[in-house]
Amino acid sequence: MENTDNTLPIAIAHLSKSFGGRKVLDGIDLTIPRGQTLSLLGRSGTGKSVLLRLLIGLDKPDSGSIRIDGEEITSLGMDRLNRIRQKLGFLFQQAALYDSLTLGENVEFPLKRQTTLSPAERTEKVRALLASVGLERDVDKLPSEISGGMKKRAGLARALALDPAIVFFDEPTAGLDPITAAEIGQLITDLSKQRGMTSVVATHDMHSVRCFSDRAVLLDKGRVLIDGSFDDLKNSSDPFVSEFLTAAV
Amino acid sequence: MRLALSLFITLAATVSAVPVEAERRGGAGLLAVQSLVLSVFEWFGQFGIFCQRVLKGTFSAPFEGREFLRQLDNIGSQSLPLVAVAGAAIGVVLGLQTRESLTRFGATSMLPSVIIYSLMKEMGPIVTGLIVSGRVGAGIGAELGSMKVTEQIDAMAVSGVNPYKYLASTRILACLVALPLLTLVADAAGVLMGWLSSTLVKPISLGLFLNMGLNGVSFGDFLPATLKTSIFGLIIGAVSSYQGMSSRGGTEGVGRSATSAVVISSLFLIVADVFLVRLILLFFK
Repeated sequence: MENTDNTLPIAIAHLSKSFGGRKVLDGIDLTIPRGQTLSLLGRSGTGKSVLLRLLIGLDKPDSGSIRIDGEEITSLGMDRLNRIRQKLGFLFQQAALYDSLTLGENVEFPLKRQTTLSPAERTEKVRALLASVGLERDVDKLPSEISGGMKKRAGLARALALDPAIVFFDEPTAGLDPITAAEIGQLITDLSKQRGMTSVVATHDMHSVRCFSDRAVLLDKGRVLIDGSFDDLKNSSDPFVSEFLTAAV
Repeated sequence: MRLALSLFITLAATVSAVPVEAERRGGAGLLAVQSLVLSVFEWFGQFGIFCQRVLKGTFSAPFEGREFLRQLDNIGSQSLPLVAVAGAAIGVVLGLQTRESLTRFGATSMLPSVIIYSLMKEMGPIVTGLIVSGRVGAGIGAELGSMKVTEQIDAMAVSGVNPYKYLASTRILACLVALPLLTLVADAAGVLMGWLSSTLVKPISLGLFLNMGLNGVSFGDFLPATLKTSIFGLIIGAVSSYQGMSSRGGTEGVGRSATSAVVISSLFLIVADVFLVRLILLFFK
């Protein structure tokens, strides 16, 4: 399952995106090596979630390039994009579980649609995925019957259903208490390392960044302000970086 | 389709150029009209793009047979009691009202024909369309709107599933198939209750009532009027799905989507009926 290919799974060049005349992303350049966990930081509205939505092809950029495993995705048609998406996973901020389906059916949904597994194999895989996030006893529960932290876990299990090589996490610990947030952060790191996944995490949670990220990128005014390790951020002399870290911690 | 979209974009661009002139003249009323016209063009343009995506999804494999059947059950069989009651009520009203009118002209023997003819030609189809538009249109608008604002539709797209195909296309096709079948139920319930209301006033057997009523009715009267409800289904499914999938603004937005799905689809349905009746008269007279 571990990815050994050394090509860059994500390469972003000169990426820009505006909404209603406001430039949210302004010429972002970023490359992410295979197996790395990268945290995207920045104030609310600086384009972290927008960048993730562009990376998964939910929105189109105004200009610039996004290459996933060497393939340019900004100009792809829906069919080809859907094939690329099978290599990608996405954990939404509010988990975005299908509220009319049980947790088991939520996790089974992509397996049913995108694989040729038999019903018995699917059931076994769903059980294993939910067990990996500690929800093996909640297979038949509806999303409305579980807590926010459990929703995030179930969303994570669904995001991992197709064994993606790259997973995007949009504020995975937002709205959770510090202990649950730390558990989710640890879970993401453990699963990323076990599966050799490349992870991009949009977050405000500095604890997760410090403990679990290989690299942190701070966005400001649509641009990359600093790109390095957590220590690089901490030692930065830029007044905005210092102010951001002080306020976040 | 592309030509129509280009036309809308050109018209929208032309209309959007008006505010500068309007502002120069200080015409607030003109600005409001311009804004309204612009939003109508924008709606039709976006709706056209939506229909194009749904159409493409509908005719590309894999086909969503199971989801289509689930929607057919949801839209068809669950609307059945409501449609049957509405049809029955129309039958009773027609029976009572028409008897009084026909008695004035000494033509009570025409009563079965008038009830059956009115139900099959217009009352059954339009009442079924409006009832389904209210029940199903609001349901689709609210369900898809809720999925949209909670990012469930995005989650589906991320899973590699085309939401235009899985969510919209299946619902539109289910509406298209369900409407004529529901219309038959409304017609049957209406005729039965029309007979019952007639026989309570002046006893007549069901066999004789049907015989007298169907005597002057041909397939040309019955079939096009019933099949035109497929177009009603198409309108209800497409408009409601579009309103739901373009929902924004949280729970308030979901409410707006549900309401607008019913209002717009009912309005389009009535307008379409005018044209369809004219077409049917043209080809089946």
